[in-house]
Amino acid sequence: MSAEALATENDAPAQTGDRMQGARIILKALAEQGVDVVFGYPGGAVLPIYDEIFKQNRIRHILVRHEQGAVHAAEGYARSTGKVGCVLVTSGPGATNAVTGLTDALMDSIPVICLTGQVPTHLIGNDAFQEADTIGITRPCTKHNYLVRDVEQLASTLHEAFYVARSGRPGPVVVDLPKDVVMAEGTYNQAPHGLQHKHKTYRPRFLPDAGAVEAAVKLMAGAKKPVFYTGGGVINGGPRAVAALRELVRLTGFPITSTLMGLGAYPADDQQWLGMVGMHGMYESNLAMHDCDVMINIGARFDDRVTGNLNFFSPGSKKIHVDIDPSSVNKNVIVDIPVIGDAANVLEEMLKVWKARKYQADQTALKGWWRQIEEWRGKNCLRFDQRGKIIKPQYAIQRLFDLTKDQETYITTEVGQHQMWAAQFYRFNEPNRWMTSGGLGTMGYGLPAAIGTQIAHPDALVCDIAGEASILMNIQELSTAVQYRLPVKVFILNNQYMGMVRQWQELLHGGRYSESYTDSLPDFVKLAEAFGCVGLRVGDPAKVDETIKEMVSIKRPVIVDVLVDQKENCYPMIPSGKPHNQMILGPDDRAGGNAISGDGLALV
Amino acid sequence: MAKSAKTDQEPSANLYEGSIPVARLKDKDIYRHVLAAIVDNEAGVLARVVGLFSGRGYNIENLTVSEVDRDKQLSRINLVTSGTRQVVEQIKAQLNRLVPVHTVHDLTDDGPSVARELALVKVAGVGEKRVEALRIGDIFRANVVDSTTKSFVFEVVGNTEKVDAFIELMKPLGLVEVSRTGVAAIARGADGIEG
Ligand SMILES: Cc1cc2nc3c(=O)[nH]c(=O)nc-3n(C[C@H](O)[C@H](O)[C@H](O)COP(=O)(O)OP(=O)(O)OC[C@H]3O[C@@H](n4cnc5c(N)ncnc54)[C@H](O)[C@@H]3O)c2cc1C
Ligand SMILES: Cc1ncc(C[n+]2csc(CCOP(=O)(O)OP(=O)(O)O)c2C)c(N)n1
Ligand SMILES: [Mg+2]
Repeated sequence: MSAEALATENDAPAQTGDRMQGARIILKALAEQGVDVVFGYPGGAVLPIYDEIFKQNRIRHILVRHEQGAVHAAEGYARSTGKVGCVLVTSGPGATNAVTGLTDALMDSIPVICLTGQVPTHLIGNDAFQEADTIGITRPCTKHNYLVRDVEQLASTLHEAFYVARSGRPGPVVVDLPKDVVMAEGTYNQAPHGLQHKHKTYRPRFLPDAGAVEAAVKLMAGAKKPVFYTGGGVINGGPRAVAALRELVRLTGFPITSTLMGLGAYPADDQQWLGMVGMHGMYESNLAMHDCDVMINIGARFDDRVTGNLNFFSPGSKKIHVDIDPSSVNKNVIVDIPVIGDAANVLEEMLKVWKARKYQADQTALKGWWRQIEEWRGKNCLRFDQRGKIIKPQYAIQRLFDLTKDQETYITTEVGQHQMWAAQFYRFNEPNRWMTSGGLGTMGYGLPAAIGTQIAHPDALVCDIAGEASILMNIQELSTAVQYRLPVKVFILNNQYMGMVRQWQELLHGGRYSESYTDSLPDFVKLAEAFGCVGLRVGDPAKVDETIKEMVSIKRPVIVDVLVDQKENCYPMIPSGKPHNQMILGPDDRAGGNAISGDGLALV
Repeated sequence: MAKSAKTDQEPSANLYEGSIPVARLKDKDIYRHVLAAIVDNEAGVLARVVGLFSGRGYNIENLTVSEVDRDKQLSRINLVTSGTRQVVEQIKAQLNRLVPVHTVHDLTDDGPSVARELALVKVAGVGEKRVEALRIGDIFRANVVDSTTKSFVFEVVGNTEKVDAFIELMKPLGLVEVSRTGVAAIARGADGIEG
C-alpha cells in the first residue's frame, strides 16, 4: 500500500470497541474532539505518538522550536478561534519547558490540552532518564491534570480532558502519558454524549438564577450613573455573548469600558465605548468606574491592574458581577448581586427581562452622566506629540492601525510598554482579534501566539507588536514561521530599554536604571535574514507609513525594527496604591501626587 | 483569635436574596469553620486540596481524609480552617472548583454539627503524679489502652477543646508524646450529605 493510501485508511474515525495501539487511540480521540492542528516537539517518551502522526493526514503537526512556544501558539490558536488549542511535548524537559505557557493559559482562562510524554509506569518514581513529576509540577498551573496508567482509560480520559478544558471557565489541562501505556493495545471509546450533564463532579453552572437576573436588571434600570465593566469572560462566552452585549449596551445607552482581556467585544469605534480601564486605561473609563452608582461587571475578575487600591475602588456604587466561576465572585471586591452563569446566557436573559419589563433608562440622569464623561474625555488622555526626528511609539501603532484596519487583522503582543500602547492605540472592533498575555504578563508570548493565530487564519494579517527585549525570549520561533510559510509580522518598538521596567525605575527608584538597558542588541534586520525572513528598519517618522505598507505587502514573515523614542513613558497611569481618580496624565502632571509612596512601593 | 462562627444570619439588606449580604462579607472578624468535602478517592486529590491551601495562603488548622464509600470510591475530607467570612466563602468556592470534588459543606454555617477527635496521649511518671494522671483521665473519660509500671497511654475522645485541655493537664504530670487523629465532623439531625 502506498503511504498516501495508508494514511487515508488511518484517517477514518474510530468506533467504540475498536482495538488499537494507545498512540492511535490518542490521535483518534484528538480527531473526534475536532483537533486539526497540534503544536509540539518530539522526544523519546512520545516517539510512538510521533510515529502515529507520521502515518496519518488528518491532524497537522506544527514543529515549534521550544515547548513554551508550543503552548503560546496553542493559546493564540485558541483565543483567535474559540476552539481548544492542542500541544504535544516529551517527558522531563519537554514538560518543564511547557510550564510557563500552561501558567499563562491558566491566568488568562485559555482552553489548552497539553499531552506530555512520561517514562513507563514501572519506572515512575525511579529518577529515570528524562523523568519529571509532571503531575506534581503542573498541578498548580493547570485547571486539572491526569496521569493515564491504563490504556483502557486512555480514550475516556482524553475526552474528559477536552470537556474540562473548554467547559465553564476554560483553562489548560495536562494529560501525562507513560510510554508503556501509549504502546499498549487497548479499546477505543467515543466521547459520551452530553458529558456536560453526566460528568460525575464537574458541572459548571451555565444558566443563571432567574431571580438574580431580575434583581440585576432592576438595579440597572434605576441607575443614574451606570457603567458596563466587561472582560475576557465575554470573549470566552463567544459570538452569542458578544452580540447580546452589544445589543444590551445600545438598548440601555450606558457607557462601557473593558479590561485588557475583553478588548474587541464591544466595537472601539462606537460612541458608547470609553476605552480600556485600569492602570494604563483611559482617564474617562477610570473616572467613570470611580464615580458610577451602578457597575455592571460582565466576565471580568476585579484584577488589581483594574481596581487599583481596593479601599478606594468605586466607593459609591452597587455592583453586579456576572461570572461563570463562583470563585471569582467576592474574591477581591464584594458585590451586591452576583450572577453565576455563562456570559452569553446571562446577557440574553438580561435583554429579555429589560424588554419584558419595558424598562427605560433614566434619560435625564444619563444625559448628565454623559456630559460628565465628555468632560473627562476632553482631557484627551492619550495625547502625544509626534514632533522632530524621532518616532514616538504611540505614533507607530496609530499608523499601524490606520494602515491595517480595513483588512482582517489579528494583533498579538509581548509584554511591556509596547503592549499597553497597543491596547490604547490599536482599536479593536471585533472579538478574538487581540491576543495578549494579561494575567501572567509573559514576555515571549507574542511571536508564538502569532504563529498559532496565523495557522488558524492563514489568509489574515497577523502582527506581533513587540519590544526588543521581549522578542528575544522566543525569537527561535521565527524558524517555525519560516518552515510553515507563515507570513507573521513582528513589529518591534525598539527603545533599547526594558521600557516598562525603566518607567518604574524612573517613578519609584530615583531614575536608577539598574539593568534595564539592553546592551549588545542584535541587528534585527540581519537576524531576520539569518532566519530566512525579511528584515526592515525605520527610524524616520516620515518613513513609517511606507515601511508599514511594505511590511503588509510582503507575503513572508517580516521583522520591522522601529527605532522609537527611548525616553517615552506610558500614560495615563494610576500609580500603584492610588485610587482611580488620582491618575497621572503625563510627565508634567503632578495633580495625582505623581510619586508613588508608602505602601504603593511594595506593590507590583 | 478565631471566634466560633455565629450561625444566625444578620438581617439582610441585600438587593437579591440569593446573595450573601455585603455587610456579612465585610465583617473583618476571623471565624473558625469546619468544612467537609466529598471527593473522588483518587491519587493526588489530597495534594490538590493541600496545594490549594498552601498556594493561596489559607489557614489550615486540621485536616482528615478517609474513604467513606468503597463502591462509589468516595472519600471525605474534614477541614478546620479560619478566616474572615469573605475568605471562608472563597475557600469553599475554590474547593468546589477542583474537578474531583463532588460537594463542599460548611458544617459551621449550615446548622448544628458535632465534631470529635481522638488522641493517644502517653504519660510517664511514678507516685503521686501517676495517680493524679489516672484521676484526670477518669474525669475526661479517657481509656487506658496501654500501661507499664512507669507509664500510661490514654485514649481520649472529644471535641478539639476537650482534647487540648486534657493534654494541657497532662503536661506537668509527665506528658511524653501525643498522637491525634484530627477532627471528624458531621451535621446533627437525620439528613445526610450526598456525594
Ligand atoms: C504590563 C501589564 C499591564 C496591565 N495593565 C492593565 C490595565 O491597565 N488594564 C487592564 O484591564 N488590564 C491590565 N493588565 C491585565 C491584567 O493583569 C489582567 O490580566 C486583566 O485585567 C484581567 O482581565 P479580566 O478581568 O477581563 O479577566 P480574565 O483573566 O479575562 O478572566 C475572565 C473572567 O471571566 C470569567 N469567565 C470566563 N468565561 C466566562 C463565561 N463564558 N461567562 C462568564 N464569565 C466567564 C472568568 O471566570 C474570569 O473571572 C495588564 C497586564 C500587564 C502584563
Ligand atoms: C518572562 C518575563 N520576565 C520579566 C518580566 C518583567 N518585565 C515586564 S515588562 C519588561 C520589559 C519589556 O521590555 P521590552 O520587551 O523591550 O518592552 P518595552 O517595555 O520596552 O516596550 C520586563 C522585564 C516579564 N513580564 N516577563
Ligand atoms: Mg523595549
